[in-house]
Amino acid sequence: MKGLMDWIEARLPFMEAMNKHVIQYPAPKNFNFWYFFGSLAMLVLVNQIVTGIWLTMNYVPSGEGAFASIEYIMRDVDYGWLLRYMHSTGASAFFVVVYLHMFRGMMYGSYQKPRELLWLFGMLIFLVLMAEAFMGYLLPWGQMSFWGAQVIISLFGAIPWIGDDLTLWIRGDYVISGATLNRFFALHVIALPLVLVVLVFLHILALHEVGSNNPEGIDIKKPKGSVPEGEKSPFKFHARYDKYDIVDAVPFHPYYTVKDIMGVAGFLILFCYVIFFAPEMGGYFLEKPNFEAANPLKTPEHIAPVWYFTSFYAILRAIPHKLMGVVGMGAAIVVLFLLPWLDRCKVKSVKYRSIWHKLNLTQFVICFIILGILGAIPATPGRTLLAQITTFGYFAFFALLWFYSKNEKCKPVPERISK
Amino acid sequence: MKTWLLILSLLVPSAAFAAGGSSVPLDDANIDLTDNASLQRGAKLFMNYCFGCHSTQYQRYERVATDIGIPLDLMQENLIFTGAKIGELMENSVDDEQAAKWFGATPPDLTLVARVRGVDWIYTYLRTFYVDETRPFGVNNVVFPSVGMPHVLEELQGIPTKKYETRLIDGEEKLVFTGEIEVDGSGEMSTDEYDQAVRDITNFLAYSAEPIALERQRLGYWVLGFLFILLILSYFLKKEFWRDVH
Repeated sequence: MKGLMDWIEARLPFMEAMNKHVIQYPAPKNFNFWYFFGSLAMLVLVNQIVTGIWLTMNYVPSGEGAFASIEYIMRDVDYGWLLRYMHSTGASAFFVVVYLHMFRGMMYGSYQKPRELLWLFGMLIFLVLMAEAFMGYLLPWGQMSFWGAQVIISLFGAIPWIGDDLTLWIRGDYVISGATLNRFFALHVIALPLVLVVLVFLHILALHEVGSNNPEGIDIKKPKGSVPEGEKSPFKFHARYDKYDIVDAVPFHPYYTVKDIMGVAGFLILFCYVIFFAPEMGGYFLEKPNFEAANPLKTPEHIAPVWYFTSFYAILRAIPHKLMGVVGMGAAIVVLFLLPWLDRCKVKSVKYRSIWHKLNLTQFVICFIILGILGAIPATPGRTLLAQITTFGYFAFFALLWFYSKNEKCKPVPERISK
Repeated sequence: MKTWLLILSLLVPSAAFAAGGSSVPLDDANIDLTDNASLQRGAKLFMNYCFGCHSTQYQRYERVATDIGIPLDLMQENLIFTGAKIGELMENSVDDEQAAKWFGATPPDLTLVARVRGVDWIYTYLRTFYVDETRPFGVNNVVFPSVGMPHVLEELQGIPTKKYETRLIDGEEKLVFTGEIEVDGSGEMSTDEYDQAVRDITNFLAYSAEPIALERQRLGYWVLGFLFILLILSYFLKKEFWRDVH
C-alpha cells in the first residue's frame, strides 16, 4: 500500500496537495457561526449536481413533455419526489447560504486587500448562480416558469438598438417556446454548472493563496522572527508557510472539518425540515401557479420572481423608466463587484470600525430585506415609494462607504486575535 | 442560539406577506388525508360528477386505488368509465377544442388543482354556486365569478340561491348579499351531508395533488431524528478535538 502511494505521489503529488490545502492549511482559530456558510455552499452545490443528474434521467426537455415529466418524476419514479424536492429546496438553500456568506464577507471586510480577487471570483459565482437558477426555473414549464422568463427576457428588449434582436436571439423564437426550453436546459445542466465548478475551484485556490480572514480581521501570518517562540502556533503547517511566523491558527483538518460536520448536521436539520414537511415553503420555494402547466394565452394575476431575486426585481420596478430600471438592477450587482475599491478603510472587521460604518451596514441589510419583501408582492403607489427609498438606501451604502472610509476613525486593532 | 433563530426567521417567511389568494373569505376545508373512507367517497363522487369533463392525467388508476385502499377489481369495474387499463393515466375522452366551444374554456386538468388553488378554495367553490339567469348555464359562483362550469352537483345540493338581507347603508335601505347560500331542499342531500360530500371531493383532490404527502412526512420524522443524533454526536466530537486549542 505504501509502495503504491509513493508511486502515485511521485507522479501526482496528491498528499502534497492535501497537506497544502487541508491537513496543514493554517486557519484562524476564531472562526464563528458565520464561517459555516462557505462549506455549506459547497455541500449544496454537490447536492444540486447529484440530484440534478438523477432528475435529468427522467426529465423530458420539450414544451410538450416537460410539465408531465416532472409529475412523472413525482409519482412514478422511485423516490423521484425526494430528488425533486431536494433539488428545488436546494436552489433556495443555495441562495440562503450564499447571501449569508456574502454578508459575512461584508461584515468582516473579507473583500479588502489582499482578498480582492477572491471577492471577484465570489461575485462571479453569484452571477453565474443567478443565471443557473433562472434557467433552471424555466424547466418545470409551469405558469410561473413561463411568465417569469417572459418578463425577465423582455428586459433585454429595453437595450437601445439591439434590444429586440437580442431578445429574439436569447429566446430562439418570437415567444418563449420549446426552443427556449431546450437551450435553457442545455445551459442549465452542463454549461453553467461547469463554469460554476471551475469558479468555485478558483475561489478556493485564491482563498488559500492569501489565507482566510477572520471575525477580528487580524492577520495570522506575522513576519518571520517577530514572534517569540512560545507564542507561535504549536501546530505543524505546510512548508510554504515557513517564511512566516503563524499565530492563533489551527490546521484546517481536523479542527475545522469536525466543526463543519457539526454545521452540516445543523444545516441539514433545517434543510430536511423543508423537504419533508414544507416543500413548497408557503409558496416561496415552489410557487403555486407553477403547478399549472405553462399557458401562453393565460397571464397569471401576479407575476413574481422566486424570493431570491425579489430584491433586485424590486429595484427594477422602483425605477419608473424601463431602460433605467434595467440599468439600476444591473448596477445593484455591478456595485458589489467594486466593493474592494469602494471601501478605502485599512481596518477590516466591523468590530473595530466606526459607528458610521456599523449604521451604514445595518441600513443596507434592512433595505435589502425590505426590497426582497416588496419584490414578492404586487406594487402599490405606497410600496413603490418605499421601494424607491430602499433602492436609494442600497446604493447610498456604497456611496457613503467611499466617502467616510478614507479617513474613518476606527478603534485600535489588537496585534493578535487573542493572547 | 440567537444567530440560529435569525437563520430560522429568514427561512420561515412571515404570514404577513403571503401573496395571492381569493378576495372572498374561504371556508376551512378541514380535510384529513389519513381518512381512507373519505378519500374513497371523494374518488367515487369525482369519477361520477367531475371526470366527465376534467381529467387527472398525471396520475394512474392503479396508484390511486392502491393508495386509498380500493381493491383493483372494484376500481376497474366501478370507477373506470373510459375502458382504460388499470395501469393507465387517468385521461378522459373529452375533445379539448369541442369542450372549449361548449364551456368557453377547456375544463382544466385537476390533478394538481389543490396545489394551485388550495384546498379551502375548492371546498368553498363547490359550495357557492348560485342561481344567476344571466349566465349560459343559469348559475354563477361566489369565489369564481362568471365561471364557465355548470353546477354539476345540483342534484345533490338542490337549487342554491344567494341569501340577501336589507341593511341601512348611507341612510338608504339596500339589499346586501350576506355571503351565505340558501338551498331549496330539492337536493338528495341535507346541507351537512352536502358539505361532507364536498369535503370528500376536496380531500381526494388534495391526495391527487401530492400522493406522496403522508409518506413524505412519515419518512421526515426518521430523517430529522437521525440528524438530531448526528448533531449531538458531532457537537461532542468537535468539543473533544478543540479541547486543547486556546
